[in-house]
Amino acid sequence: MEALLHITTLHYLVLGAALFLLGVIGVLTRRNVVIVLMSIELILNAVNLNLVAFSRYWQGIHGPSALQGQVFAIFVITDAAAEAAVGLGILIAFFRNKETVNVDEVNLLKW
Amino acid sequence: MLFLTHIWLIPLFPAVGAALMFFFGRKLEKPTVSAVCVGSIVLAFLISCGAVWQYTDWAATPEHLHQPYQKILYTWLGTDTGHLNFQKSDGSPAPLQADAGFLLDPLSSIWLLFVTGVGMLIHIYSTGYMAHEGGYYRFFGYLNLFMFSMLTLILANNYVLMFVGWEGVGLCSYLLIGFYSHRKSASDAANKAFIVNRIGDAGFLLGMFFIAWLCGSLRFIDVTGFARAHAATLLGNPYITAATLLLFVGACGKSAQLPLYVWLPDAMEGPTPVSALIHAATMVTAGVYMVARSNALFVLAPKSMLVVAIVGAVTAIFAASIGLVQNDIKRVLAYSTVSQLGYMFLALGVGAFSAAVFHVFTHAFFKALLFLGAGSVIHAMSGEQNMRNMGDLHRRIPITHWTMFIATFAIAGIFPFAGFFSKDAILWETWSREGGAYRILWYVGYATALMTAFYMFRLMYLTFHGHPRMSHEVEHHIHESPKSMTMPLVVLALCAVGAGWLGWPHSLGGSDHFTNFLEPVFAGEAQALTAEGKAAQLAAGEKEEEHNTGTEWLLMGLSLAAAVAGWTMAWRSYRHADKDYTEPIAVAAPPVYNTLLNKYYVDEGYDYVFTGRREIGNVRLGVLGLGEASSWFDSHVIDGLVNGAGWITRLTATISGWWDKRIIDGIGVNGPAILARMLSYPARLFEWGLVQWYALVMTAGLVGFVFYYVYH
Repeated sequence: MEALLHITTLHYLVLGAALFLLGVIGVLTRRNVVIVLMSIELILNAVNLNLVAFSRYWQGIHGPSALQGQVFAIFVITDAAAEAAVGLGILIAFFRNKETVNVDEVNLLKW
Repeated sequence: MLFLTHIWLIPLFPAVGAALMFFFGRKLEKPTVSAVCVGSIVLAFLISCGAVWQYTDWAATPEHLHQPYQKILYTWLGTDTGHLNFQKSDGSPAPLQADAGFLLDPLSSIWLLFVTGVGMLIHIYSTGYMAHEGGYYRFFGYLNLFMFSMLTLILANNYVLMFVGWEGVGLCSYLLIGFYSHRKSASDAANKAFIVNRIGDAGFLLGMFFIAWLCGSLRFIDVTGFARAHAATLLGNPYITAATLLLFVGACGKSAQLPLYVWLPDAMEGPTPVSALIHAATMVTAGVYMVARSNALFVLAPKSMLVVAIVGAVTAIFAASIGLVQNDIKRVLAYSTVSQLGYMFLALGVGAFSAAVFHVFTHAFFKALLFLGAGSVIHAMSGEQNMRNMGDLHRRIPITHWTMFIATFAIAGIFPFAGFFSKDAILWETWSREGGAYRILWYVGYATALMTAFYMFRLMYLTFHGHPRMSHEVEHHIHESPKSMTMPLVVLALCAVGAGWLGWPHSLGGSDHFTNFLEPVFAGEAQALTAEGKAAQLAAGEKEEEHNTGTEWLLMGLSLAAAVAGWTMAWRSYRHADKDYTEPIAVAAPPVYNTLLNKYYVDEGYDYVFTGRREIGNVRLGVLGLGEASSWFDSHVIDGLVNGAGWITRLTATISGWWDKRIIDGIGVNGPAILARMLSYPARLFEWGLVQWYALVMTAGLVGFVFYYVYH
C-alpha cells in the first residue's frame, strides 16, 4: 500500500509521456486549429511536468538549490503564452480569409 | 507728239475698263457697263488714230526717216545692268532683259487701227446683241481684257511682251468661248482652244529662246537689225531655220493653220461678237503679225518660208473644201476664216509680206461683218444657226442682207470690193515667184478662190433666198436687229467696199499706198531675196515689168472669173432651195460629200491618235493612252515594286517572328521552363499540403530516430 502510495519520479515521467502522447495525437488528428493549439499546450505542459519532476529528483541528490528544471519550466510557460498569442493571431488572420478554422483547408502550398 | 509719247495709254484704257468690270461690274447697271467698256475702246481708238497720224508725220521728218518709234517705259523682266547675263551663240554675254516698251511702225499702225476700229464697232454691236443675256458685265470685262491683251501684243517692242499679250488673248479667247459655261460643248470647245494653243505657244517660246541665243536681244529693232546686218552670212543658217519654224508653230496654233486649226471651228460656241472680234478679225491674225514682225529672220530661212507657204496653201484649200458643205452658218464662216488665214500664210511664205498684211486688213472688215451679220441673222432667227432651217430672210432683215452681201462680194474677190485687191495681190505674188512649187501653190490658191466664192454665195442664198424653211413660230419672230447692231454692220460694209482701194495696184493705174506705207518694215526682204538668185531677173528691167502687167491683168481676170463661176454655181444650186433641197456635191459624189461634211474626220483622227478619246481596237493612243499606259506602269510596275518590297518585308518578318517564337522563345526561354516543370512533377509529389501529415511524418521520423538510437 505504501509502495502504491509513494509517488516516484517514474510516475511523473509516465504521466508526462501519457500527456505528451495525448497532445501529439491531438495535433495529428484533430482538424480544428483551436484544438490543435490546445493540444500543443498539452505537449508543452507534459514537458513542463517532466522538467519539474526531474528538478525534484535532482533536489533529492544535490540539495534544494538544484532548481534549473523549475526555471526551465517557467521559461516554457512564458514561451507557451507567446506561442499561443502568435498562433491565435495567425488563426484569426486565416479565419478572416477563409472563414474556417479547419486545418485541412490550409492547403495553399499544395500543388 | 502728245499721242505718240503717251502711246501706253492705248492698252491702258481697256485694262482699266476690264479692271472696273472685275471689281465692280456685278453692281453696275447695264448702261453703265456699256458706257465704261465701249468708252474705253472708243478712247483707245481715238488715241490710236492720233498716234498713227503723229507717227506718219514723225517718220516723214528727215532725221527719223521711216524709222520705227520706240517708247520704253522701264525694264520689265530681268535687268540690263549685266547682273543677269547669258551666253549668246557666239560666246559673248548678253543681258536677260525685256522692256515694258512700245513700238509703233507701219506694221503695228495697221494692226492698231483695225483692231481698235473693228473692236470698237464690235463692242457697240455687242451692247445690242448681248442686251438680253446674263453675265453682261462679265462679257464686256472679258472683251476689254481681250482688247488690252491684243493691243499689248501689237504694240510690244519685244518678243517677251508680245508673248504676254499672246497668252492674254489666248486666255480671253478661252474665257469667251466658254462664256456659256453651263453648256458642256462650250466648255469643251474652250478647253480645246486653250490646249491646242498651248502646243503652238510652246513653239513660240522655244523660237524666242533661239532668237535670244542667236541675237542676244529680244527687241524687234535689235533682232531685225541683227538679221539684216548679217544677212549674207546667216542666209540658210540652220539655227535661224529652226527658230523661224518654231515661231511658225506658234503662229499655226494662234492662227489656226494645219495641223492645229481644229480649235477654231469649235470656238464658234462662243457668243457671235466674240467670233467676229477674236476668232475672225483680230486674235487669229496674231500669227500673221508675228511672222510679219519676224520677216527679217524668215527671209534668211528659205526652207521655213517654203514650209509656211505650203502649210498656208494646203490649209486654205483644206478648210475651204470643208466649208463647201457645212450647214451651220457660223461653222461655214469659221472654216472660211481658217481658209483665209491660209491665204495670208501663203503670202507670207512667198515673201509677199505686205500682201499678207493687206489681206489681214481687208479680211478684218469683211469677216467681222460676215460674223456680225450672221449674229444678226441668228438673233432674228431666235438662236437658230442651221442654214437648212433658214431661207428667204432678205425681205425681213434687209440691212443685214445687204451688208452681208457686200461682205460676200468682198471675200469672194469681186471687183472692186476689198477682197479682190488683197487676194489678187497674194495670187499675183505667188505666181511671180520663180519655181514650179510656187506655181502649184498658185493653182491651189486659185482653186480655193473658186471654192470661197461658192461656199459664201451658198451661205447667202441658203440664208436669205429660196423658200422659207423655218418653223412658223420662228418665222413669226423674225425682226431686224436694233440700231446698235445694224450701225456697225453699215460702217463695216463701207470698209468692206473701200478698204481694198488703199492697195489699188499699179497695174490698174493705182499707186498701192498700202505697200508703200509698209515698205520700211519689209525693206530688207528684197535684198535677201535677191541673194537667192533673182538678181538677173530684176536686172532685166522695164520690159519685163510691162510683160508682167499683161500677165497680172490676165490673172486678175482669171480670179474674177473664178469668183463669178463660184457665184453662178451657188446661184444655180441654191437659189430656189426649199425644204428638201439637195446638195449638188452630195448628188454627184456622196463619199466626197460625207468626207467633207465630217471635216475629213480630222477630229476623229486626233481623237484616235493624239487625245486617245477613241480606241483603235483595244489600243488607246495619244494623251489618254499615255495616261493609261502610265497608270498601268504605275499600278503594275511601281506599285508592284512597292508591294514587292512590302512582301519581302513581310516574308522576312514572318521568318524573323517564327525564329523568335519557335527558337528563341521555344528553346531558349520556354525550354528551361518546361524542363523545370517536368522535373517538378516528381518533386511535388512530396508536397501534399496537409500540415498534419507533415507533423505525422515528422513525428514518425522522430520516433524512428529515437528507436534507432535506443536499440542500436
